[in-house]
Amino acid sequence: MPVTDVRHDLDNRSLTIVADFAAPVERVWRIYADPRQLEKIWGPPTHPATVVEHRLEPGGRVLYYMTGPEGEKYPGYWEVEAVDEPKSFTFLDRFADEEFNPKVEMPAARCVYSFAEHEGGTRATYVSTYETVEALQQVLDMGVIEGASLAMGQIDELLAA
Amino acid sequence: MFHALADRTRRDILRRVLAGEHSVSALAANYDMSFAAVQKHVAVLEKAGLLTKRRRGREQLASGDVEAVRSVASMLAELEQIWRGRIARIDDLLATDTPQKG
Repeated sequence: MPVTDVRHDLDNRSLTIVADFAAPVERVWRIYADPRQLEKIWGPPTHPATVVEHRLEPGGRVLYYMTGPEGEKYPGYWEVEAVDEPKSFTFLDRFADEEFNPKVEMPAARCVYSFAEHEGGTRATYVSTYETVEALQQVLDMGVIEGASLAMGQIDELLAA
Repeated sequence: MFHALADRTRRDILRRVLAGEHSVSALAANYDMSFAAVQKHVAVLEKAGLLTKRRRGREQLASGDVEAVRSVASMLAELEQIWRGRIARIDDLLATDTPQKG
């Protein structure tokens, strides 16, 4: 499994995921630089993502919506703060209405994604810090559940028992 | 480094106050840092809603909010699953690339 480390910080509501990929940094970066590739990885099969605008540069925005099993749409956007291609980018992840206006004053999360060369591949570090408990709740209220990975977790538990 | 240590201290404080109410001065006695520094960590935990404080005379008593800790912890665990799925999709996408000659 490519996930090598996971860290939960309760006091600032942040989640850090470290993963190692067998591809060069520039290749991993292209997933985020190319909206068609980003769509493939962002949402789970039950909630595919559609990227409608994509400007990965400081002050730019990445607009997307996820579509749920009942056809319900969950629009959101990234407010890009900093970009250091291909090493890192920082953005605020926001909820939006159908016209991509910010839904609430506060962003849901501040995200820092960084990529570094590691043993011939790429070590990616994803840090998402949720501004409030309500923001955290709202993300989960979308009902985005990773069926397959939940099942995998259950299998792991069974094997460990 | 400082940040990591700070996090570790807060986790330790949280662990203690979840087990039972402690005065802030009793908590401070456990760490090799100033009372003010420990008080600051307690304030961060209070602001995050994970700890509550009450006064008894000149003492400040802190206790952990078990429900709040449990709820934030389970939300982060759910998010972790979303991320694990996303990482697996990135891995799959990278695996579909045309293999390049060594």
